[in-house]
Amino acid sequence: MTLDWLPYAVAGWVFLAGCYGLVTSRHLVHTVVCLSIVQSSTYLLLLAIGWTRGGTAPVYADIGRHRKVADPVVQAMTLTDIVVGAAVTALLLALTVQVAKRRGSVDPRELRSLEEESREERAG
Amino acid sequence: MSGPAEQLPVLLVVVPLAGGALLAAFGHWLPRVVADAAAAVVAAACAGGAGWLAVAVGGGRAVQWLGGWTPTTGGAGPAGIALVADRTAAALVLAAAVLVLAGLVFSWRFLEEVSATYHALMLVFLAAMSGFAVAGDLFDAFVWFELMGAAAYALAGMRVEEPRSVHAALEFGVVNTLGGSLALVGIALLYARTGELNLALVGERLREQPADALVGLAFALLLVGALVKAAAVPFHFWTADAEATAPTPVCAVLSGAMVGMGVYAVARWWRVVFDGVLPHDLVEHLLLTLGAVTALLGAVMCVWQRHVKRLLAYSTISHVGVALLGVGLLDEHGTAAAIAYLLGHACTKGPLFLGSGVLLNQDGTVDEHALFGRGRGRWFTFSVFLVGGLGLAGLPGLGLWWGKEAVEHSLSTAGLPWLVAVVVAAGALTSGAVLRVTARVFLGLGVDPRQRREPRPEEEPEERAPVGYRIAALMVTPAWVLLGLGVVLATAPVLHRAGGTAAAVFADGKGYAEAVLHPESPPAAVVAHEPPVWTMTSLALAALTVVLGLAVAAVALWGPLLRAGRWPGRVRAVVRGLHELHRADLTEQVGWLLLGAGALAVVLAR
Amino acid sequence: MRRQLPLVLGVLGGAALAVTGFRALAALPGAGHVPHPYGERAVADAFHHDTANAVVAVTLDQRGFDTLGEELILLAAAIGTVLLLRRLTAEAEEDAPHEYGPGEIFEGVRLVGYVLLPVTLLVGGYVVLHGHLSPGGGFQGGTVLASALYLAYLAADHRTLERLRTAGLLDTAEGLGAFGYVAIGLAGLVAGSGFLADWLPTGTVRDLRSSGTLPLLNVSIAVEVGAAFVLVVAKFLEQAILVPREEAS
Repeated sequence: MTLDWLPYAVAGWVFLAGCYGLVTSRHLVHTVVCLSIVQSSTYLLLLAIGWTRGGTAPVYADIGRHRKVADPVVQAMTLTDIVVGAAVTALLLALTVQVAKRRGSVDPRELRSLEEESREERAG
Repeated sequence: MSGPAEQLPVLLVVVPLAGGALLAAFGHWLPRVVADAAAAVVAAACAGGAGWLAVAVGGGRAVQWLGGWTPTTGGAGPAGIALVADRTAAALVLAAAVLVLAGLVFSWRFLEEVSATYHALMLVFLAAMSGFAVAGDLFDAFVWFELMGAAAYALAGMRVEEPRSVHAALEFGVVNTLGGSLALVGIALLYARTGELNLALVGERLREQPADALVGLAFALLLVGALVKAAAVPFHFWTADAEATAPTPVCAVLSGAMVGMGVYAVARWWRVVFDGVLPHDLVEHLLLTLGAVTALLGAVMCVWQRHVKRLLAYSTISHVGVALLGVGLLDEHGTAAAIAYLLGHACTKGPLFLGSGVLLNQDGTVDEHALFGRGRGRWFTFSVFLVGGLGLAGLPGLGLWWGKEAVEHSLSTAGLPWLVAVVVAAGALTSGAVLRVTARVFLGLGVDPRQRREPRPEEEPEERAPVGYRIAALMVTPAWVLLGLGVVLATAPVLHRAGGTAAAVFADGKGYAEAVLHPESPPAAVVAHEPPVWTMTSLALAALTVVLGLAVAAVALWGPLLRAGRWPGRVRAVVRGLHELHRADLTEQVGWLLLGAGALAVVLAR
Repeated sequence: MRRQLPLVLGVLGGAALAVTGFRALAALPGAGHVPHPYGERAVADAFHHDTANAVVAVTLDQRGFDTLGEELILLAAAIGTVLLLRRLTAEAEEDAPHEYGPGEIFEGVRLVGYVLLPVTLLVGGYVVLHGHLSPGGGFQGGTVLASALYLAYLAADHRTLERLRTAGLLDTAEGLGAFGYVAIGLAGLVAGSGFLADWLPTGTVRDLRSSGTLPLLNVSIAVEVGAAFVLVVAKFLEQAILVPREEAS
């Protein structure tokens, strides 16, 4: 039995787990971490796509020119994606710190919505 | 095209990046005025470069393979990143650069605490939009998409003393990052199918075999990414919050330039990658539906706001819907109309946001009711609101005129009069809302709403001391220049002709692939069609929209319907329901995003 | 009812994505069997420029423009974080009586810090300079170098780091690192082969002096990444110290 669908399934599972966390989150730090989990699923998917059966790392420092290797392009994309994810996470955490300070709450469900704040009390 | 102009596409990205990096490096040692001047010079240079590029490409494309990796280098085939700039891309970069420049001039005298970091981020934001507009490669587009996000989240949240501002910036960041991740999954799926990242190559490979669920899902996910940025329903919740609370110049750029990039991406990706792969009618119906719902929902929510910046944010959503209607036709004229509409929108909504920023800094609030009559005698700001408000209705000769007229024309040519009515309604409602604000604030017209309820608590102004008359006049200047540019855009026949060529080039997906993959071969000439602008029908529709807009404003100001309790019960229930819906917190916003993504996926990956 | 709305929306959307995702991935060859035409060209082109590490050949040579964007994302995020976590004038006045006194540091921690500091610097430098040959490069090496600074923070005292940070040198390094990348790219443009072209002699593959401009790009990235990480972590540490004190007072 081959398990060559397994990497895709893991990526899909991690993606859905992250999304579940995002919609049920009760803490903004948890929200940001769940977002990182969703991003991690994209790394897994990319690497699963780039993997070559029987291939090694595409670094020719100590292997021959004609060895079978994994796709270096997806690895490069994954690297870029990881840095992007880390950078954005830092920014979002900084915003979370400020929300905690200014709003006094980090529960996305407790924070007063902005539509509410600027709403007309027209119907009375 | 030859000579130095050939290098323009990459320079439009690299020059503001270099400027941003240097300001980040040395900004804290520079006096404020030097940082201001340096950033303005770089943004102006970008605007000049984009204008030059738009002229130089003519009816062709500037293709640049970066890193010296042309399709033939190394003998193995294309390995590098291609930048492709046609006139449409250049025009969007020009609009972004002009808005950034206007924002920088506007903030000449305030945002003291943040100084050079603000300038650096604005330039990086501009560079990201340029990069996204000219990227001819899926992953490269994703990188600039994320850079746009990173710069914008920081800019949107930088007034950290204002709780609403940081809260909205966080929502903006989470929702847009999630949209970006979904788009990246789409890119990964396309890479798995075709083994390519270059837009033209991906399109070529996809056309070799019939589309299946994978291609449909990939398009759906790319659409999610673009539509989250574009603020289309149901991905629009972040926009109302972020544009209501971000610093004014940032709002102008978000609303005038960044949102448009999302719409542009939909049109570009369809043309180059998915046209001829996915069923044309299905995608057309999907985009038209999304566009109509977005245009109407945005307009209805807009009328019911009293926070002026939030009102403008909802009108942005509505106008994105109209632009999506143009793109959704998936034909040459519709796309061109949408681009013209976006450019006109930049020249109209940008000034309105800047005008509301002047109010915020003079009065410490942008609550329409609290501002009642307080703007009397402020002719500069008044005229910006008046011209902007009429402009939103597509008054002939003002910024949105050409785009709105062209969208209506292409919709009626396609035999969709109902959608023409949607465009007119969106124009009338958003314009009516702005005109109502204008009349209340600057003329003190209508019933004084303060007699009926307490004024709202004031908001932190962006400047510590309220600004005086002279500074307010300085801050309004860029708004006036933008409105003037809008008039030029809407009326100059030379631009309409240029738009015709640009549309033909944009719609020519084959020519795009040919220019990218075989840069040596001479480009085939395109046949440009230039639809008439000043027709009786278009003038009549414009008049109708303006009159309806004035009527909306008048009804709100004086109508007996205004008083609480007199609205028909059903209307009140619907409005209350919509308000309830838009109280979405972050988890709900993510839920709507996932639902929208799932729906698009099911529709497209049948 | 409203409280369940996000979950309901998410489950509906997630289920739709899961079903279509399943069908989409079922249409792909299994993992390990996906063809990689671009990947094969990328390997061939890595050898064309004598770069042994094909991943770095893609990130810095063939797709160096992506990495430029990535580096700027890091720069934007770092200056953005510093901007968002700045202390407002009003806050600074409130906190004036508080001071970040030197914490208790165990002698053992101090010793480990002293011992590891030179090792970390060495490893960081090695990873940066050999990026084009073996796994590593500017991003990886830059983070290692940044952690060396934190060892110094532990081993010496935080005042040293604080002085370094407030002098603005780190901001300058960060911005100059990013600018360096652009400048190397522009040099390629001036040399005539195009922006970010590998315009230096490429040497012999697997030599330290190979791959042309790639080692230079790695160094500029390392400077930016190192400085950015120090700045961001320092800002968050400051918050971690500041917040409980506010609560205490």
